[in-house]
Amino acid sequence: MNARVLRIALPIIVLAAGVLIWDLTVRLLDVPSYVLPGPGLVVATLYADAGLLWQSLLVTLTITVQGFVLAAAGGIALAIAFNQWRLIEHAFYPYAVILQVTPIVAVAPLLLIYLPQPLAVLACAWIVAFFPVLANTTLGLNSVDHNLIALFDLYKASRWQVLWNLKLPAALPQMLAGLRIAGGLSLIGAVVAEIAAGSAGAGSGLAYRIAESGYRLNIPRMFAALLLLSLAGVAIFFALSALSHLALRRWHESAVRRER
Amino acid sequence: MSSTAPTIVSLRNVGKTFDSGTVALDGFNLDVRTGEFVSLLGPSGCGKSTALRIVAGLSTASEGTVEAPDGNIGFVFQEPTLMPWASVAANVRLPLKLAHAGDAQAKAAVAQALARVGLTEFSDAFPRELSGGMKMRASIARALVTEPQLLLMDEPFAALDEITRFKLNNDLLRVWQELRRTVIFVTHSVFESVYLSQRIVVMTPRPGRVFAEIEVPAPYPREDRYRMSPEYAGYCRQVAEALEAAMGGAS
Repeated sequence: MNARVLRIALPIIVLAAGVLIWDLTVRLLDVPSYVLPGPGLVVATLYADAGLLWQSLLVTLTITVQGFVLAAAGGIALAIAFNQWRLIEHAFYPYAVILQVTPIVAVAPLLLIYLPQPLAVLACAWIVAFFPVLANTTLGLNSVDHNLIALFDLYKASRWQVLWNLKLPAALPQMLAGLRIAGGLSLIGAVVAEIAAGSAGAGSGLAYRIAESGYRLNIPRMFAALLLLSLAGVAIFFALSALSHLALRRWHESAVRRER
Repeated sequence: MSSTAPTIVSLRNVGKTFDSGTVALDGFNLDVRTGEFVSLLGPSGCGKSTALRIVAGLSTASEGTVEAPDGNIGFVFQEPTLMPWASVAANVRLPLKLAHAGDAQAKAAVAQALARVGLTEFSDAFPRELSGGMKMRASIARALVTEPQLLLMDEPFAALDEITRFKLNNDLLRVWQELRRTVIFVTHSVFESVYLSQRIVVMTPRPGRVFAEIEVPAPYPREDRYRMSPEYAGYCRQVAEALEAAMGGAS
């Protein structure tokens, strides 16, 4: 078997084995479904509650995408501002760090007090996704080849020509790495805020479904919602990885296949 | 002809001290006439790259006077310094793009510059797909595309293997003879400087100063036959002795 087949087959074998052990454990030990539902029941619940769960998934995904887009735009714009005007960087960078290091779980309940619920969820998604875009893009903009900068100086390029023709393309790999992290984090931010909102009894996203099902001891539905959430996370990761690959495939070492 | 040509670059008593306190140049004098091919030769750390960057306006002299063209200078770095995200043609076109040149005019100039260095077939390739020598050719084409009156080269072939370097030496001389532009060429290779230049400026290290100026009156075109001639060997010995003496004074 060649390496490529193995790379696809091995995770599937592991998954099958895990599901089998899970199923056997539930059956043999006779675990009640309100403690641990078997895989069959989870899939059945997923099917039975499809309408409700799909609606919730859409709500969560919409907020995640909105949060991600705003974080991408804000992070890139602020990174450019930091790069162009050092004073702005000195003034604001510490607060960007504080925003990042303060646990979002602790901030979410506060945001829910001051903002309407959907807006608070969006704000949480934005806060956690914003920093990796900012930090990575700033790093990329600041690590341009010095000789290329000298070359642009030699030809008397304007500041905006340097930014547009040199710094932004040079920073693209780091920027895309930041976006890839931000995609996963904006889902986490949205989920955290929904859980916080759920404990206050409001909301309609997937995470809220998990909280609500927990209160009702509807454990199979909790699992079904969790499964959907992690599938959504995987889909976001792959979509952003594909975007990154498409943008870099012709020139960046990370995306070019190595021949031996 | 070159002895009567007007001076295009003139450095008088130029000194350069970096913020770290390192004195790179001290009392450095250099005159280059239009159309001349001059090499700056010295060990690493003798300030020859610093002198070149001062001529280009990429660095400012701490003292002394500098007369050099402001603009329309071509510069070739030690590394190819190409933009990895852009094709060879786009890299070569960059100086024209920055000057907002018209599309038709730019395309013609890029095609001509690529043809001069023998890269026409690789215009759509990306830098990572090229060998070291071809990357350097692309870098030279970019420097030529504006038809600069002054071409500054900072050890451009130092990282290449000898066979490739000999080839590029020949091609550079051919281009120089076609265009008759002024070239200031920085190198630490005695053999390369004698092969290429009309005049060699030997520098002392720490601080960089002119130790000797040696004329190489061998006629052009110089080809591989010149490289094998006793005449060439004689100049090489003369220059090597001067370099030895320049370094002996410092170490």
